[in-house]
This record gives sequence, C-alpha cells and structure tokens, in this order.
Amino acid sequence: MLNRRLFLKSSALIGCSAAAHPLLNSIAFASAPGENRLVVIILRGAMDGLDAFQPYGDPNLRALRRTISTGPEDGAHDLDGFFALHPALSPLLPLWRSGEMGFAPAVSTPYRDKRSHFDGQDMLEAGTGTDLGEGSQRDGWLNRLLQQMPGVQSETAYAVGVEEMRILSGEAPSMSWAPELRLELSPQAQMLLERVYHDDPLFQAAGAQAMEIASMEIGGEKEEGGPTRDARALARFAADRLNQETRIASFSLPGWDSHARQPQVISRALERLADAILTLRDGLGRNWSRTTVLAMTEFGRTVRENGSGGTDHGTGGAMLMAGGAVRGGKALGRWPGLGEGDLYAGRDLMPVRDIRAYAAWALRDLFDVPRDLLETAVFPGLDMGGNPRILA
Amino acid sequence: MVAYPELAAIRLGFGLSPLIPPPTDAAAVLASVASAAPDAHAVRTQDFREATIARAELVQKARDGDEAARQEAQRQRDEVVERNGHAVQRRFARAVGDPAGFGERLVQFWADHFTVRGGNPFQILLANAFIDEAIRPHLNGHFADLLFAADTHPMMLGYLDQNSSVGPRSRSARNRPDRKLGLNENLAREMIELHTLGVDGDYGQRDVRQLAKLLTGLRFNARRDEIFLPQLAEPGAETVLGKSYGGDGEADLGDIRAAMTDLALHPSTAEHLSRKLVVHFVDDDPPEDLVRRLTAAWQDSDGHLPALYAILVEAPELETHFRKKVRQPFDFIVASVRALGLTGDDVLGLELTKARNWLQYPMTGMGQRWGMPVGPDGWPEGASSWATPQGLAARIQWSLRFTPRLQPDLPQPEAFLAAALGSTASEALQWAVPKAETAREAVMIVLASADFNRR
Repeated sequence: MLNRRLFLKSSALIGCSAAAHPLLNSIAFASAPGENRLVVIILRGAMDGLDAFQPYGDPNLRALRRTISTGPEDGAHDLDGFFALHPALSPLLPLWRSGEMGFAPAVSTPYRDKRSHFDGQDMLEAGTGTDLGEGSQRDGWLNRLLQQMPGVQSETAYAVGVEEMRILSGEAPSMSWAPELRLELSPQAQMLLERVYHDDPLFQAAGAQAMEIASMEIGGEKEEGGPTRDARALARFAADRLNQETRIASFSLPGWDSHARQPQVISRALERLADAILTLRDGLGRNWSRTTVLAMTEFGRTVRENGSGGTDHGTGGAMLMAGGAVRGGKALGRWPGLGEGDLYAGRDLMPVRDIRAYAAWALRDLFDVPRDLLETAVFPGLDMGGNPRILA
Repeated sequence: MVAYPELAAIRLGFGLSPLIPPPTDAAAVLASVASAAPDAHAVRTQDFREATIARAELVQKARDGDEAARQEAQRQRDEVVERNGHAVQRRFARAVGDPAGFGERLVQFWADHFTVRGGNPFQILLANAFIDEAIRPHLNGHFADLLFAADTHPMMLGYLDQNSSVGPRSRSARNRPDRKLGLNENLAREMIELHTLGVDGDYGQRDVRQLAKLLTGLRFNARRDEIFLPQLAEPGAETVLGKSYGGDGEADLGDIRAAMTDLALHPSTAEHLSRKLVVHFVDDDPPEDLVRRLTAAWQDSDGHLPALYAILVEAPELETHFRKKVRQPFDFIVASVRALGLTGDDVLGLELTKARNWLQYPMTGMGQRWGMPVGPDGWPEGASSWATPQGLAARIQWSLRFTPRLQPDLPQPEAFLAAALGSTASEALQWAVPKAETAREAVMIVLASADFNRR
C-alpha cells in the first residue's frame, strides 16, 4: 500500500505544475460514464493527410505532387468540390454521405520541428504542450480523463492490442487485451490452473478474467483472413467490449511512414483504417449511433513529393472522425493553403488548430466534462477555443 | 523454512536451474556482482558516434541522388539493428548463465533506476552503450560514481533534454539572442526527484532551478569528444540544497561532479534508494526495519553499494517476505529458460530471429516492451501491475508456445517441478502437475503458477 501511495504522490508532483494536475484539482464532473462511447485510433508513423483527403481544389497541389494525391482524375472521390477522398478510403464514402464521417484537414499537436515519430506520438498520447520535457509526460490524456470520471471501473476503458497505449497509461484503472492472445488450454489444463490459482487472490482474479476473455474468442482466429485482418480483429474486440461495460477504447494502426512508394504504402494503411471503422460500425450495431471515433496521427508529411515517390515527416496533418454520433459530411476548420508563404517552415502544411482542441470538445460533448477541467487536467494549458461541433 | 541456496536463487537471482547449483551462501551471491562487469562485447558511445557520422554522410549523398549511398545507408541501418538485437540476446544470455544471478539482477535494477528510452536504432545503440558504460562498471562501487556516470552519459543527456539546455546568460545565449536559448529543467528535476533524494525528499523548486543552471554546459554531440562546453554554462555560482557551487572562474565539470556527490550522500537519498532496493528485492510494501538498516549502512559507508548489498543478501526478511514480489516479464522469461535447463551459451547460440521471437518480443504482450518503459520513473514494481489478465494470459501462451521450441526434449512433469521450484512448490501445485495431460501442459502449469511467478 505504501508503494502505491508513494507512487500517487510522485505522479501528482512530477511533470506539470501543481495547479494543473488532476489530483490537486477539486473540480470533478458529475455524470457517470453514461451510454456514449469513444474510440481513439492512433495512426502510428504519420499519416499523409494531403493524400487521404486530397485538396485538389487548391491550385498549388499539382506543382507540389506529381505522382501522388492526384485527385479525382486518378480515382479519388470528390467530397465537396475541393477535397477528394483517397480511393482506398472509398468504403467510407457511405458514411461521408450519411454525415457519419468528417475530417479536419490541417491540425497538429504542439510538437514542432524535430519531427521524430517517437516524440511526436508521446506528445499526442500525453496530450500535453511543449512546456514539458519528453520524459516528463507520464500519463496519457485518456487516463487523466478517467481520473476525473465518477464511477469508473477497470472495464470502463480498454487498450486493445499488444502495442502499448500510452494514451491510457496512468493511475486510473483500465483494461488491456490483445485479440491475438489465445489460450489453447485443454479443459483439464484450465481446471488445473484454476486449482493452482485458488489460494492466491491476485492470480486467481487475473487468471479467471484471462480465461473468460480468451474463451469468448472475439476477433482472434474467427476473423477472416486478408491484409486487413489484424485491424478488423482489434476493432471487433473493441466493439464487443463497448457493447458491454466499456465506454472508451483505444488501439493503434501502424504502417503510415510512406517515405517511398507512397501509393502502395498508404493504400494498405488506409484500407486497414477503413476496415477498422466499418468493423466498429458493424460490431457496435445500434450503439454505433452513440459512438465517436477519432483517428489521430503524430504529425503530417511534407507537402512536396520527394524523389522516391513518397513524402517525409512534416507538421500539419489530418484527423478523421466517424461514428453515428458525429456531425460529418464536411471538412472542419480553415484551409491554410499550399502557396509558398502559406507553409510551415517552407515545407509542411501549416496547422490551423491544435488537434487536442477537437479531442477536448469531443470529450465535453460526449461525457459532459467541464471545460475548465479539460483545459487544466486532461489537456493542461490547452485553449479549447470555439466548439467545432463535431458531435451531432 | 526455505534453505538459503533456494531462497537466494529465487529472490536475489533468476531462479533455479537443473544444471546450475544455487549459491551456497551470501558470499557466492555477492561474488556475482563482479561478474556483471562489462565484457568483450560491450557497446561503446564511440560505436554510436561512428555510426551516426557515417549515416549523416550517406544520407546526404542519397539526397543528392547517389543510389549506392542510399543502399549503403539502408545496409548500415540494418547492421545497427542487428547489433542491437545481439546486445539484447546477450542480456538474456548473461542473466540465464549467471550462476547466482544477483549481479545481472542489479544490472536490471540500476538500469531501471536510471531509465533511458531509445527511439530509432541509433539511439537504441546508444542506450545499449549506456548499460555497458554507465551501469555495469559502477554496480559495485559508490553510488556517487554510478550517478555521475549515468547522468552525464550521452544517452541520458539526450533522453532528459539536457542537450537543449543553455544558460540564459551564457556566452552562447548572449551571442545569439535571436535563438531564444534557455534552460531545460528536465535532467535537474529527475536527478533530484527520481535519481537521488526522491519526491518526498527535502528540496524545493528553487533547488531544481539552481541545479538546472549548474548543469548547463553538459551537452553531447556525436561529432565532439567532450560533453562539457563552458560557453553554454550559466555564469556565476549556483546554490543547491544550501551549498554553493562554482562561480570562481570558468565553469567546469568538476562543480557538477561536486554537486552530484553531495546529492548522492544526502540523507534523503540514502533513505530513498534503500527503500527502493527493499521494494525491488523484498516486498512492494517494504519492511521498515530493513529499510532503516540499509539507510544506516548508506550513511556509514558514504553510499558504498556493496555495504548495502551485504545486508540485503543476508536479510531475514528475504524469508519472512517470501513470494511477496511478482517476477517482471524479463525475469519470468529468464527464469523459465533456466528452469528448462538451458545455459547462457544455449541462449547465445540461438539464431537472432529466434532470440527475438522467443525471448525479446513476447515481453511486449506481458506488458514490458524491451527498452520502452513509459517514463523516466521506469517499470512499475507493484505485483498488480504484472499479474493482470493480459499479462498472465501472455505468460500462459508463451509457456505453451515457446517452451517446446526452446527445449524440444521437454522434461518429465515432476522433474521439471523440482528443477523450477525445488522444495518451495505449494501442495496445490504438487497435486496439479502430475495430472496434466501432456508434458507441455505440465510445464505450462508450473511456469504459469503463482509459485513460479512470485519470488
């Protein structure tokens, strides 16, 4: 017990100023987790937003990119006369048309200039600003949200997949499970393990839960094969949990780092993303109408195509939102333009808004989290600005 | 009553082995600390410097369209990745092969106390050098020397942002007012809060700020030999915990070393580190009397680590708090491999892909991705952080899947139980193991049991 107490104290005093830390903040929001659901998908490797949502209406695009992001003439789907959806995302067109999918084309975390995947992802998941050193960011913003929620059980939030999710790490309880974990136990072995664990409460509880989750065989081997199988397995498991007690789920999809041969690289990644979202929709059934999916990446990519038919690490990028609860069918936020003077550092898309502001407004509208709590505890130092109204 | 050799192997080392006799006494346990010194395969900062400089040139040529340079850059990167893989394989092999295991356990402990985290393969190479240059050579000396080696190592200077800290009134800052150069407190904060006094220690924000100013000048660049550049240092003296450092003439590394030595000897440090050792080796809820004995030994010996180890390895609390700790994933895999009757040489003899797929990568599913703790406070200690549904499922799955590959000639159930747990197996486990339907499941039940996962 002492150990835990020390840990609590330590995390209360480390990292951010005392006033900004949730444990020292007496405000708490009143409502229990409720029926609304949130899925956060971390796109690891930096998605090229300019290729996913191609601004073909911007006259500068053609000069910057010759073989990629070539708009409707090469099969991308026009969305609004200015942006076109990458062909690999075409399975999501029905969601766009029914207003269940939208995007913000030019957002970013406060991370700038060094363009390291690891630092960028750390900052995205920590939800903090640049005032903290990379090493000081200990817990993730979804965990700090949970720390503020009344009535949180460990099942309230799930990190899905074998990949570590810093976004959920921290002192608030949460669950994690990887759909590929399968316990190929004979009935006899299972019975023997139960007996062996019987007198050890910690192992008894963990073992019983492990065997129960594994026995449900969600995702895992029942998922059909194919290149998007892993993504579907993650989404299937998340949907199943969200149909039970879980209200927040997070997983990551890798494979976005398209330095060369971008058409092949990004198509595979976008197909996985599209399938994950559609699997969530199918798995959630009528709960889809109360679900918001946010797909976020650590930063965007260079506006210019490089010499290998790819793009390099950039700054501003796109965020995708989907779900029955979102007010989609449009691009959110201003378009910064692609002219020479419009770019960040002469090479990257200029972010016009902090990606955390979108996440914060989603949390406010989904879970009734007060704004001052979001700006101090969940995203310390964030100015949320006006409500972009991504929820219906 | 658990006999000392079994108790020492399980609690202070990586468990029992059918091939390696457990340490007979405390002297044998303590002797293993010396054998954890750097070996002929040690990774050096110099390796990192050469690799990064060569890489920069190749990348530049590749940008200019040199296809051969592009391929060479890729080949060089692959080579670094492979070198890192071998370094991890050797960590496993040394832990499996260390007879008493205490020395390699201390490598894990101090590497975690001074947590660093690499990102790309080159940083990971430097993180491997950190183990061989900062941790291994100083396991058995004064804590002050370990602290200085760790917190001035190029890897730490990068990880805790010291490389971007500049004295606001330093020559560099005054010459380039446009660049808004300034302090970064990260290393100073963690040095006090995590590495020495601890968050409960007797210090204030002012001490952190002053130490950050004192640390200015510390800076690593792969193209330079020195790690201290006076032109970055804040001029004047700094006062940390009531004592003034520097201020007379040019700033130098000696002032920083003097401050670190005082931090190492501070009473809060003695208590913080003594408690941490007891939490790690004895009980998440540490017996206070043992903490006091270690603290006193720290103060009497000026933080001479062998003085603490000598008390720890003979502490009666090892037996009275038996099985209060849960093995972390690395310890679990090493202990399993030992119990299966593999030697360190067997582990070294594995092809690299097998070492990765059978030993290193499975740690991720158990919640301990190799070399990637979340923050500078390292991996959690609490039993409940590791005995989670997912963590346990991953251990069960690993036991079923990889033990037959590691040891195709699986031992008989009762023999394996004796090899893994000696006389310490519970009645329930002794009852269950012979009833398993296959040798593979019998091995799994032993390895997945609370008896084996606790120490």
